[in-house]
Amino acid sequence: MSSTTTTAGQPVPAGRPAAPRPPQPPAPAGRLRASRSRRRRTLTVLALLAPALLGLAIFFVYPLLASVYYSFTRYDLVSPPEWIGLRNYEYLFTQDPKVWIATLNTLWFVVFLVPIKIIFALGIAGLLVRAKHASGVWRTVFYLPALVPPVASVVAFVFLFNPGTGPVNQILGFFGIQGPLWFNDPAWSKPSLVILGIWVMGDIMIIFLAALLDVPREQYEAASLDGANGLQQLRYVTFPSITPVLMFAVITGVIAALQYFTEAAVASGVANGKAVVGEGTGAALGYPGNSLLTYTQWLYVRGFSNYQLGYASALAVLLFVVASIFLILLLRRFKAFTPEGTA
Amino acid sequence: MIRRTLYWIGENAILLALAVMFVSPIVFVALTSLMSSNQTLTAALWPQPFEWSNYATVFTQAPLLRWFANSATYAVLATVFMLLSSVPAAYVLAKIKFRFANVIFTAIIIAMLLPPQVTAIPIYVMWSNLGLTGTLWPLILPNLLGDAFSIFLLRQFFLTIPSEYADAARIDGNGEFGVLTRVMVPMAKPGIAATGIFMFFHSWNDYFGPLLYTSENADAWPVAYGLASFRGIHGTDWGLTMAMTILVTVPVVLIFFFAQRVFVEGITLTGVKG
Repeated sequence: MSSTTTTAGQPVPAGRPAAPRPPQPPAPAGRLRASRSRRRRTLTVLALLAPALLGLAIFFVYPLLASVYYSFTRYDLVSPPEWIGLRNYEYLFTQDPKVWIATLNTLWFVVFLVPIKIIFALGIAGLLVRAKHASGVWRTVFYLPALVPPVASVVAFVFLFNPGTGPVNQILGFFGIQGPLWFNDPAWSKPSLVILGIWVMGDIMIIFLAALLDVPREQYEAASLDGANGLQQLRYVTFPSITPVLMFAVITGVIAALQYFTEAAVASGVANGKAVVGEGTGAALGYPGNSLLTYTQWLYVRGFSNYQLGYASALAVLLFVVASIFLILLLRRFKAFTPEGTA
Repeated sequence: MIRRTLYWIGENAILLALAVMFVSPIVFVALTSLMSSNQTLTAALWPQPFEWSNYATVFTQAPLLRWFANSATYAVLATVFMLLSSVPAAYVLAKIKFRFANVIFTAIIIAMLLPPQVTAIPIYVMWSNLGLTGTLWPLILPNLLGDAFSIFLLRQFFLTIPSEYADAARIDGNGEFGVLTRVMVPMAKPGIAATGIFMFFHSWNDYFGPLLYTSENADAWPVAYGLASFRGIHGTDWGLTMAMTILVTVPVVLIFFFAQRVFVEGITLTGVKG
């Protein structure tokens, strides 16, 4: 840990001081001033960074290590953690009744929600790039849903799709279609959340739109002179230049889907008509029929409804391992995430 | 020429159809928010009569003012604290070369991308030992010590400012603190504004944090969290529930329209090029 303590107005770096300087020969006045200003600079840098460094230590490094430690213990927050070796992991992989349901549900969202959302975002961005008239209005219309607070959009969707009086099934009925039970049917609850995901694809769309607008016009002109038709231009000009952004959207999308929580939890609670509060939380999650019980919700139930913090930590460590794979992909693939990267 | 016209008509027809689908949820929610409790139980889609009183009634059905005040406190303090701690850190990481810079930056990136549930348990234990569970402080105070995503985003903005400006300020006798406050902050205003708005929205919309720390103390709930529990507490009155849904959304939309330009620029910078 590194911090800066102040003694009588003189900042003294503690913990991680500047590298000890070798004894220096008497320097001419100019060099002495230079070295003093360099030391002052080091101190300023430390002072400006100190809060963030402290934050990284307390809210990132320590909890990461502590999670690993807790995962080998039995811990209920009341009595101190008790070392039980690998028993939590053993239970996780062989006995936990719901961990596989929760894992499969989460993977379902990774496999369906992420690509479907991206395809819609890319398609609409593609249409918007070509729209010449009132482009600002179009963009606002498609972006606006992304602004709606997630809880609000889920509550709204549960109402819109409610089987009794919901406008969606009424409109379907108008066309003679008997709509499903949506958020109240285990087979339809996840697809309903995918529809919600499409509705809020705006921020990915904006990123795609910027990438599409960045493709140099000359490349299209050159391709068109070479006789490439629209589809070929898409294949050989558009696609290669937006691949990095697409990759970025896929990987961050997967990381987001691995922690899918709010939408599923709120949909369960509201569709169930039960308050998702305090002690009752664990029971309401997953409705209908565990179909919306995701991995992070299961972690929440075990940790904060059942107060099995040791076991929940084992779930957290497993999540960390899986998320790390995609994290490493991002770090290696994208310059902006490396220290040398530019905007 | 005819083909091009047909394309144009086709594309715009698709756009229009999609636009209708994207707008209609908002329209139906707004209409339902003006229906009486009885009417929401019927098949009617148009309010008759317009029950404007829903927007007043909803304040009597739940401690809504309290919840709004909680949300505002959370969002404003988190944003201010984040800016105080993260702007200096981002500046150092963007514009000053020093040892360990790479290690620190990589740690910030990982902290930013890590699912919050991975570290939630030890952090919860810490706040529980400090006796601050049941309040929003565990969600506000950490921002005094920097927020990883904000530091990353602010650094991206600082990188777009040519270093010559900083160098010139140094030659004029400014220390790093002076360079930051007199030159970089004024030039990075749009970026700082965008990052601040992101933080405000993130706090305003937060569900997992309040669930973790305040779920058993309804007095401490932010309004988004209260909305999630509203229908459970008050049965099936969709009219009131939709009125509250709109009330929760309005502040966010208003801020967006006032700051649209910097905001969209900010989103674009979160998506990176290879």
